[in-house]
Amino acid sequence: MRAMTYRGPYKLRVEEKDRPRIEHPNDAIVRVQLAAICGSDLHLYHGMMPDTRIGHTFGHEFIGVVDEIGSSVQHLQVGDRVMVPFNIFCGSCWFCARGLFSNCHNVNANATAVGGIYGYSHTTGGYDGGQAEYVRVPFADVGPVKIPEWMHDEDAVLLTDAAATGYFGAQLGEIAEGDTVVVLGAGPVGLVAAQSAWLMGAGRVIVVDHLAERLEKARTMAHAETLDYDEYEDIVVELKQQTDHLGADVVIEAVGAEADGSCLQHIAAAKLKLQGGSPVALNWAIDAVRKGGTVAVVGAYGPIQSAVKFGDAVNKGLTLRMNQTPVKRQWPRMFEHIRNGHLTPREMVTHRFPLEEIGEAYHVFSAKLDGCIKPLILPSAS
Amino acid sequence: MSQPTTRDRDTSSADGLPIAYVPDRPRMRETPEQLRARIPGWGADLDPADRPSHPKLQYSPDSTGAHWRFPERQAGAEGRERSIEHAFVTPVFGTAQPLHGVSGMIRRLAYRRYSEARFGHWLLLIFGDRVDAWGSHLRSFATLHPDNPITQTGIRSELSASGTMRRGRSDRRHHLLDPVIVAGPWVIAAGGLVLGVRRFRRRAAG
Ligand SMILES: NC(=O)c1ccc[n+]([C@@H]2O[C@H](COP(=O)([O-])OP(=O)(O)OC[C@H]3O[C@@H](n4cnc5c(N)ncnc54)[C@H](O)[C@@H]3O)[C@@H](O)[C@H]2O)c1
Ligand SMILES: [Zn+2]
Ligand SMILES: [Zn+2]
Repeated sequence: MRAMTYRGPYKLRVEEKDRPRIEHPNDAIVRVQLAAICGSDLHLYHGMMPDTRIGHTFGHEFIGVVDEIGSSVQHLQVGDRVMVPFNIFCGSCWFCARGLFSNCHNVNANATAVGGIYGYSHTTGGYDGGQAEYVRVPFADVGPVKIPEWMHDEDAVLLTDAAATGYFGAQLGEIAEGDTVVVLGAGPVGLVAAQSAWLMGAGRVIVVDHLAERLEKARTMAHAETLDYDEYEDIVVELKQQTDHLGADVVIEAVGAEADGSCLQHIAAAKLKLQGGSPVALNWAIDAVRKGGTVAVVGAYGPIQSAVKFGDAVNKGLTLRMNQTPVKRQWPRMFEHIRNGHLTPREMVTHRFPLEEIGEAYHVFSAKLDGCIKPLILPSAS
Repeated sequence: MSQPTTRDRDTSSADGLPIAYVPDRPRMRETPEQLRARIPGWGADLDPADRPSHPKLQYSPDSTGAHWRFPERQAGAEGRERSIEHAFVTPVFGTAQPLHGVSGMIRRLAYRRYSEARFGHWLLLIFGDRVDAWGSHLRSFATLHPDNPITQTGIRSELSASGTMRRGRSDRRHHLLDPVIVAGPWVIAAGGLVLGVRRFRRRAAG
């Protein structure tokens, strides 16, 4: 089969690989029909995640058709069209039993701090991902869900991560009616977080980024106010003035490890790998939120420590909430929101690339060329 | 495009003092009715207790789809690397890119020697990644598919289909610097290594 493979930082190619096999009685093999590149994939692509092996196939956002099932699979049949949460999870460990699907203890031998994720290095378990024609899906009775008839494929693929994460991020913020919510980052995750903040009763939603087309999308798709941080000498001061010197009730950090805004921090993290991530956005969040407020972090960071302003977080009495998204837990309610037009993830799709051109896709998304917000990948077998 | 992207600032307290310095509740700029009229679905998840991720822990083992107490164990766990914070290799695990060669030895050492809590664990893994990358580049030149920096970095996409430069880059402020920063440490490390070996030789000789 054809599959994207990692060849070292900033390098990848499409290769001929063996089709994945059933390796466990509850596995399924899914033929991928549509996949996406996530902001998280950029951290891998840039070589920021330890134990990213040469030859690894990325991709944790995908939908497809069940092609083969293991002997113990009961809930799926060959031919079913499924959407697969980016989390690999067993459904029965201490954590899964309590709904913490992203924190499963039975699927990642390589680390205890993070669960299993498709195509996201060996630090998340060493599973090849879905930017390929076929993918192995463990625990087929637990993760995948049949795509509802009425759902658009592009909404379905975004629900497997980006959209679910935006919605989850707004929930982590514990938004109360009338709250002022600041969203850092107007990528796919931040845009859906901004849309979701309104559903939870926000009184004001302010989105911060520095890419004009993404801020434009935040205004049109998420009805948010926007600030371009490049236009201010100090975005935190601006946010304080905007909020009557109170600070925001809730800040949602949807930027993660490669935050810009401080050249030094960016280089130390993204280029020299001296920290687990550039904490610029996280530190802005800590500064810009009001005392006693909540910072919700869905931006992803590597396992190495980052220079976070923890003292301010303590002194301000903040609540910090964060996780990888337990995707499937979000779905029943999100399906309603999408059906009712309250959430509109596919509005963010700007680019569609055939799998053979995935090298270009990564470059365009990574450098944010051409107004790229969300690129989808179409494997040739689909 | 020059329309203001944020509404004019206003102070919400009656006497014009910024709200942070007085006890008043901040006023909502728009009433719930106004928001509901303007924003599709405003308030649909208003009740915090009725959101999918509340409360954080929801004990419900019978609703996950699992029909086992502990999953059947996948074959092939013997010898597979694992975090020493785990009791055993997890019942299901990834089998992509098994450890091999020098990078495999480095990574195996990282797993066997250090827990996830130790910096050495991650430094060794990062080092293993670099050895793996360089080894693979070198090996690729002996195959029919040598690594190709032009196609593999997607740099061609700087040009659009019509041959013009793609518009807009986010990393314009540091993208010229990036190659230097990426290659720099390698150059410095190589230089350091050469000096170190020389000094060692000299000492060994003298
Ligand atoms: N927790 C999870 O489960 C989960 C799931 C998906 C994605 N993520 C993470 O969420 C983050 C965002 O994902 P995405 O797909 O939207 O990525 P993206 O790269 O498309 O978007 C990030 C945005 O942040 C902006 N940005 C950079 N520095 C900033 C700063 N200092 N302040 C404000 N904005 C800044 C960038 O211009 C960009 O628009 C990533 O770190 C990703 O890894 C986490
Ligand atoms: Zn992701
Ligand atoms: Zn589990």
